[in-house]
Amino acid sequence: MKIDKQNLKTAAFNGLVNNPVFVLVLGMCPTIAQSTTIANAVGLGLATAFVLVFSNVFISLLRKVIPDKVRLPAYIVIIATFVTLVQMFITSFLPALNESIGAFIPLIVVNCIILGRAEAFASKNDVLSSAVDGLSMGLGFVLSITLLGAVRQALTLAGLEIFSKTAGGFITLGLLMALFNAGMSLYKEMRAKRALYKEAKA
Amino acid sequence: MTAAGIITIVVAGILTNNIILSQSVGICPFLGVSKKLDSSIGMGLAVTFVITVASIVCFFLYHYVLVPLNMTYLQTITFILIIASLVQLLDIVLKKTSPALYTSLGVYLALITTNCAVLFTANAGITAEYNLLYTFINALCVGLGFTLALVLMAGIRERLERVHIPKFFQGFPIALIIAGLMSLAFMGFGGLSF
Repeated sequence: MKIDKQNLKTAAFNGLVNNPVFVLVLGMCPTIAQSTTIANAVGLGLATAFVLVFSNVFISLLRKVIPDKVRLPAYIVIIATFVTLVQMFITSFLPALNESIGAFIPLIVVNCIILGRAEAFASKNDVLSSAVDGLSMGLGFVLSITLLGAVRQALTLAGLEIFSKTAGGFITLGLLMALFNAGMSLYKEMRAKRALYKEAKA
Repeated sequence: MTAAGIITIVVAGILTNNIILSQSVGICPFLGVSKKLDSSIGMGLAVTFVITVASIVCFFLYHYVLVPLNMTYLQTITFILIIASLVQLLDIVLKKTSPALYTSLGVYLALITTNCAVLFTANAGITAEYNLLYTFINALCVGLGFTLALVLMAGIRERLERVHIPKFFQGFPIALIIAGLMSLAFMGFGGLSF
């Protein structure tokens, strides 16, 4: 099998460049609901990343077998299988975590990030790059939800009770997203300036 | 089964435990379809319909098929398949009966499948061990609460188009902050109790 290096490289940086939370704005519900503390955020982030990697791998493996017309139900069944696995694992080994994020584990099935990657990437690419894409996207999700969790937990500990509520989640995410936009546009501006400078020099 | 119990479910479903503004479930369509008032009403009612029917079908399936067969671990898989087929059905029916609504909902109709509010409500009904009547009322009220939040948001966003918004806040950030403020307002209903 020929390994497409360019494809692999794109896949590896997808989690940052196309960050699922800040750029694609996918998977908002668990992001806001479960980012009240760092522990919850990391728990749910890792569970989602696990499902993302394995569903990407399996969908990529089966991409030539699954008929085009029934691909969405097929993807959902594959995703649901891995979610059920995670659910079983968490209920039996991590009861404390199950107590706090249990209601949101089944919802990983309907997390748009996973179905989105299955449709946009895994159904068209080889197994290795799909795995890398899943890992990168999963880590991007873990990072952003943990960042949100850290900010909210810090503010809650500072005495601003509201940030542990849904309202605080919305507002924190809105502000972080604006900050991310500002950072991105600053970066782009700097790059454009540097390119201009180089051109002038040449 | 008492009247007080039913009133509690109704108030909780629509106001105090509003699925979007207090549970933060079902946010994707809340941010995605809330740009126009008309389509938001259609979307809200379509979601209400799917939530209600899906919850009832899932109730029967869980208590009369999965429990007797001792296969409750298949809950997630069966529920999501039920929801997906219901949405497919709604798609076919709407295309025939109301093409205008069908075109205005567009891709978001298919996306009701991945609207976590549907799966969440079906699961919550099972976890709370509601009977059939409670399941029905709960699902209906959760759907109405969803519609309420969506319509309010659409009303605000229509006005927002005429306002100058700082560059970095345009689009999603400002929508999220408005949602946060709405959620704060809805917390005021928390004092309601029966």
